[in-house]
Amino acid sequence: MKSHSHIAWALLAVLLIAFPAMAQAFGGSFYVGFATRVLILALAATSLRLLVGELALVSFGHAAFFGTGAFVVAILSKELTAPVGLLPGTDSAWIAWPIAVMVSALLAVVIGMISLRTKGAYFIMITLAFAQMTFYLFESLKMYGGDEGINMAHRSRLGFGLDTGDNVTFYYVVLATVVLVNLLFRFLIRSPLGRVMKGIKENETRMQALGYRTYRYKLMVFAIAGAAAGLSGALLANQNSYASPSLFSWLQSGNLLIMVILGGSVNFWGGAVGAIVFCVLEEVLPHLTRFWQIAMGVLVILVVMRVPEGLTGLRWRVRVPQVGQRRSSSEVGNG
Amino acid sequence: MLVFLFEQLLNGVQFGLMLFLLAAGLTLVFGIMNMINLAHGSLYMIGAYLVATLTLKTDSFLFGLIGGVALTAAIGVVLEMSLLRRLYDKDHLTQVLVTFGIILIANQAVQEIWGAQPIMTSMPPSLSESVPLVGSFDYPVFRLFIIVVGLLIAALLALLITKTRVGMWIRAGAADREMARAMGANINLVFSLVFGLGAALCAIAGGLLGPLLSINVGMGESILILAFVVVVIGGIGSVQGALAGAVLVGVVDALGRALIPMALRSLPDQGLADSLASTLSAVSIYLLMALVLYWRPQGLFSR
Repeated sequence: MKSHSHIAWALLAVLLIAFPAMAQAFGGSFYVGFATRVLILALAATSLRLLVGELALVSFGHAAFFGTGAFVVAILSKELTAPVGLLPGTDSAWIAWPIAVMVSALLAVVIGMISLRTKGAYFIMITLAFAQMTFYLFESLKMYGGDEGINMAHRSRLGFGLDTGDNVTFYYVVLATVVLVNLLFRFLIRSPLGRVMKGIKENETRMQALGYRTYRYKLMVFAIAGAAAGLSGALLANQNSYASPSLFSWLQSGNLLIMVILGGSVNFWGGAVGAIVFCVLEEVLPHLTRFWQIAMGVLVILVVMRVPEGLTGLRWRVRVPQVGQRRSSSEVGNG
Repeated sequence: MLVFLFEQLLNGVQFGLMLFLLAAGLTLVFGIMNMINLAHGSLYMIGAYLVATLTLKTDSFLFGLIGGVALTAAIGVVLEMSLLRRLYDKDHLTQVLVTFGIILIANQAVQEIWGAQPIMTSMPPSLSESVPLVGSFDYPVFRLFIIVVGLLIAALLALLITKTRVGMWIRAGAADREMARAMGANINLVFSLVFGLGAALCAIAGGLLGPLLSINVGMGESILILAFVVVVIGGIGSVQGALAGAVLVGVVDALGRALIPMALRSLPDQGLADSLASTLSAVSIYLLMALVLYWRPQGLFSR
């Protein structure tokens, strides 16, 4: 089992690294940009999965952080090339991206402070409402394009001779960033904090009785997830050289949630798998049928009703029965 | 000045009452079936389209309204019986995503039937005048009509819930579904009725707001989120809460848009004052929601 998964990981790594070369060899440079977008959305979906899967916090406002990250980078870039004069501008990725992450995290702390006081359905509706508020907030910034959004003159600069304007180079930049954040998340989940999260998900009252201030832990994870979503928004603004208020749209939040459920919220890779499948569907369905939104809606309903544990939750159920073998609970648990 | 504020206040009450029609359905469905229904906004959109179309066809706003409301209620009941009924015992995340899927389907279906262009309808001629209300202050009759209808429906809803047998079932279902079933209430029928009622209220709001706003494919979504804000402020499951929250949201929004620019006019930098004013008035109701929740996380009228 272990060696199998090593091989699978090695294959995946080779595929991800060789993808641009393969795409170009087959004359599909377009797919480099597509793959970059998939990676960026996978990052956003993974950060949302952290909340849904590890803490059972169904945030319907994740687009708020996603959009904020995008707008921070775009605003800083605009201040450099066509200054409004409210802020100093920059096009350095080393300055703009961390600022985008920090502003998104700060927004997550503010939104989290109020919405985490509530539970269940309230939490869903409140995160949705706050995301809508950030939508109107950025849409009302007339000096930064209002509802037309912001065009960036060029992508953020990285230095070290890396030309981010080149799509293949940018693909690798995004790949490196996404891998790094995933490693960080992996580390987080296996750390003591990860165990506290598990405890909160299973029985918050008991964790409180044990002396954990669960509200603070939830706020911390909410901020981390918001920060990661902000980073992915910053990357998307770069990829498109454009930030639009539609990034804040509640449809965006809904799409991210669909990705998480499509992939499976319990599995660490659920967000990424869901993002890949969702993006491919979004690309393929319009070619198959004019009614692709209807098709998408039907698919979403079917998946949610029939496969609630998501694609990563699917297991081969066929087993060769052996004499005297009994399914032990640990075996069921390991699937 | 005072007249202007009074007009804004009336506009706020008028919009708030329409929000109440949406929020009442949402909060009833949540309180009784324990379900979050995002597709509520789609019913509002469908209602607006149906009322507008039937009004054009029959050349009578009254017939259009009645026909559109009846059809939308029927669509709501069919939706409940065919799909949504299976969601009551599922978790909120499942409900949210399935009803999100319904929105995708409804949006494209409406676009295929009526086209992507917004529909413009005119007010019925008998209500398109303005009447003097106080002194020389004129107010459109149609907006007054909306206020009267909104208040009337709020009163009827209160009567229905507190005085009738169906209302008794609804209250019983909300208090304890299993016990109500055991005591002989036909809970499935109640669920369908409540859903149909919610859909009908959506269509009334859609039909009445149609001539004031434009009727387009995304119209259900922005107002749905406002209705959520209302439900959250009022307390989930409470119809009185929905009424109070809706009028509060409508008035704060309208007065915010009127008062905030005035208050900021004294700032030295006019450009900054303008953009600050537009930002603040755009987010005022969300700030209201944050304030209410900070003070009472379960809403104003929580049970």
